[in-house]
Amino acid sequence: MALPPPDPQFVLRGTSAAVHTLHFSCAGQEPDIPVLFSGSENGFIHVWNLKTHRADTALDGHGQKSVYCVKTMGGKDKLLSQGRDQRICLWDLAEGRTSVTDSVFTEHVGFCRCSLLKVAQGGWLMATAAKGLEEVQVLELPSKTSVCTLKPEVGAKLGMPMCLKLWQLSCGSQPLLLAGYEDGSVVLWNVTMGKVLSQLVCHQEPVMSLDFDSEKAKGISGSSEKVLRIWSLNEQQNLQVYKTHQLVNAGISDITIRPDKKILATAGWDHRIRIFGWKKVKPLAVLDYHTATVHCVSFSDHRNPRERLLAAGSKDHRISVWSIYTET
Amino acid sequence: LSLFPGGLDCSISFVSHVLGKVCILGRQKEILGVLVPQLTELTKSDCIWQRICWRLVECVPDRWMEAVVLGFVQRAAGADVLSRLLGNLVVKNKKAQFVVTQKVLLLQYGHTTAVLQNLLGYLSLDSLRRALLLTVLQELLETWGSSSAVKHSPPEQQLYISKAILICLSHLKEPEIESCRQELLTSMMEGVKCHLDSSLPQLRRLGMVVAESISSKINTEGPVLKFEYEEDDETRELKSLLVPTQPPCVGPCLPDDDRSEKADAAQPLVPESNKKSHTAASVTPDEESDAELDSDDDLIPYDMSEDKELKIKAPVYIRDCIEVLTGSEDVDKWEATVKALESLIRRNPAATREVSVELAKVLLHLEEKTCIEGFVELRQRAQVAVLTTDPIPVSKYLTSQFYSLNYSLRQRMDILDVLVLAAQELSCPRFRGKTKDSGAQKPRIQLLPESDSPKDWRRIVDERIKSKTRRFVTGQCHVELASGPNEFNSVAGHFFFPLIQHFDRPLTTFDLLGEDHLVLGRLVHTLGVLMYLAVNTVAVTAMGKALLEFVWTLRFHMDSYVRQGLLSCISSLLLSVPAQLLLTDMTEELLETQSWLGDVVEKDPDGDCRRLALQNLLLLENLKKKLEAVPS
Repeated sequence: MALPPPDPQFVLRGTSAAVHTLHFSCAGQEPDIPVLFSGSENGFIHVWNLKTHRADTALDGHGQKSVYCVKTMGGKDKLLSQGRDQRICLWDLAEGRTSVTDSVFTEHVGFCRCSLLKVAQGGWLMATAAKGLEEVQVLELPSKTSVCTLKPEVGAKLGMPMCLKLWQLSCGSQPLLLAGYEDGSVVLWNVTMGKVLSQLVCHQEPVMSLDFDSEKAKGISGSSEKVLRIWSLNEQQNLQVYKTHQLVNAGISDITIRPDKKILATAGWDHRIRIFGWKKVKPLAVLDYHTATVHCVSFSDHRNPRERLLAAGSKDHRISVWSIYTET
Repeated sequence: LSLFPGGLDCSISFVSHVLGKVCILGRQKEILGVLVPQLTELTKSDCIWQRICWRLVECVPDRWMEAVVLGFVQRAAGADVLSRLLGNLVVKNKKAQFVVTQKVLLLQYGHTTAVLQNLLGYLSLDSLRRALLLTVLQELLETWGSSSAVKHSPPEQQLYISKAILICLSHLKEPEIESCRQELLTSMMEGVKCHLDSSLPQLRRLGMVVAESISSKINTEGPVLKFEYEEDDETRELKSLLVPTQPPCVGPCLPDDDRSEKADAAQPLVPESNKKSHTAASVTPDEESDAELDSDDDLIPYDMSEDKELKIKAPVYIRDCIEVLTGSEDVDKWEATVKALESLIRRNPAATREVSVELAKVLLHLEEKTCIEGFVELRQRAQVAVLTTDPIPVSKYLTSQFYSLNYSLRQRMDILDVLVLAAQELSCPRFRGKTKDSGAQKPRIQLLPESDSPKDWRRIVDERIKSKTRRFVTGQCHVELASGPNEFNSVAGHFFFPLIQHFDRPLTTFDLLGEDHLVLGRLVHTLGVLMYLAVNTVAVTAMGKALLEFVWTLRFHMDSYVRQGLLSCISSLLLSVPAQLLLTDMTEELLETQSWLGDVVEKDPDGDCRRLALQNLLLLENLKKKLEAVPS
């Protein structure tokens, strides 16, 4: 007899706007407080204290325009946020400061979240959609120099890039980029050379979100359809469809694989969060708490496996935080 | 010709006279059947024979020239053969020129496509004659573009002219197109306007195909005019004419009657589409042979039985539905309501009757908010459901709105469609409530937007005629069909008379007798259907009289679609009103109608109208015979 799904451990309220993005920063040692960053539709970034369950700070850096991506760059003092004001802001939050130290004007008018990859001590690569319709720009941070611009060939008709993931096989190897496009294809780019390595048509509708496991060379993507596609990367760097999973309701906004690669979570348009085992994409749980579309899901980076959390942000202004499958 | 050995010295003009006389007496086929192939062979390489041939035709007296030239044009195997046989006859001889450029193209229209190709190809093959080609094209375009020609000439003639235009276009070379580009453009614009104005779909399609072809010729680079229409054999044939035909093969040219083969040779090869969509083959995961210890096994799934498809619930009460449709911002709910509305209405007739007119109003103005599949059909079915649940007030509302200001033509035609569908449902007791497939498969009356073809009527009329013949019962019991009172009886008048009342009163935005003759045509067809469905109702005689008067005032309408509708009204009248009443109450009108029908059969340019009129005359005859047969 299967147990009923668990309730959220706690719920964070107070954003007063739809929550579009979440990012945990809990890897610090004591007495560092574990925090959760959230970006909302009203342009605010809330810094939630996970011990008190209250928002310690609210950052306003995008001029009331929706913030759809937040990431930390090594610790919770350096924050990167991307908003619909076409800017990416870099924040310095150490010692209670709340200032924007730098910003990048991407001129991107879509919703494509940028992707960060640490390539060296203090050196990052950031991939973001650029001004041109089908282009992806890769910048080096913090210098903001352009590494390359990835333009699909003329006539490829990929449409806008929808989601990005920068990764490298191991530290020091070539950075690669997986990009999901409006026409439903996922493309693997070689960033250094700026060339396409492989392209795979995964969906008939735009790819809403994707995530990739570099160890197993397997990735997963979701769109507005009723399927999840799992694809793999073979030795020749070619993408192939590995498996398809049918969903009960159509529409996926976000997918994320837990850092230990055991489970993955999807955020659905049907208000539900689904948990799957990563190995065989076996459905494990359906978390039904929210009353509107779930926009984002994120796993925490706690060092202690038992403390690991899953957070989901929804259009109903609430962030639900769950503790699930923490024993493994 | 076997009379002409080597050195000939006989007078060719004598032969020409003989030829001409024979042709004019109607024996073209026989003599030219022998003459033309032999001449073709002889003139192929021999210049002297060519000149003899030219002399032959040039010497034919003018009064017989037409027959001879026509015969040659019809028998020649191809444009170049014609060129060899006739030479520059058209330039030298006025009569021949008239025949070729005017008579065959503009005054007659019975010739085959191959003849057209021969003729126009012949004109294009010599520089002296090409000037004629251009004048011909201009005249053809003038005719094609004249609105009176589009309205009054038979569709067959219009098809003929369109084919001629396309063939001319295929022969034109770049510099020539350059020189007359402006004129081509102006005539195309005028012509396309007249054609699109027409109520007959065939003519509209003709206009579209020709306009597209002209546009593609004059705008070789840059955007080209493109219409959306359904391809059928006719349009494909027309388009194939745009490509110039290959000259026929050099070989024994038989007096071929299958010149259509040449037209096929000209069809452009379908370009092979090498585009394969870039879907990689999927690698089937062999899960069974995966013997690895699955660490996922440690993870026990939770209970997921509650995980079902998310269904937005539609409101359960009709009044709630009205609220959602008129005000709600919730798009999902709106969609669900639209989908569920028809069944809700049918299940709650009492509740519907309370708000029927309001619901009808909401539905009439309902516009597509989101992209639902089959929105138009869903709305129509809901409207029909409301109308059948509460016929009298809703029909009053709808018929009054038909003649009100500020509705689009589409909305007015929707009203007509809804009235007909509801009338059909009401008059057939079996269909009450079972509207599963009624959207797509109407048993007798199809209401597709383009189905203004009177073919359905013929079928119905035929069925009815068959049903009046005596049958010998073989002794088996008939299955009792479901029967119920004819619900259309009490409301037929409410559907019919308001529609017929105001047709001659123009409003600022709606003038049935003027520009909006398409709606008039639909109105006439609708009245015919309502008349037909009113069989066995009490009001049928009054309806019949009113309809007859209506038809009488409109009988000379210009639009052939309207005339077809009027004739089908007469058919339904004759079938629905009981024969006795027809012949006693409406004798004079019927006599007048009969003479009008006779006129239509002889003089109407539209083939369908003539056929319908003939059918009506037959029905009248049957009626009379039947009454005479019954001992009074």
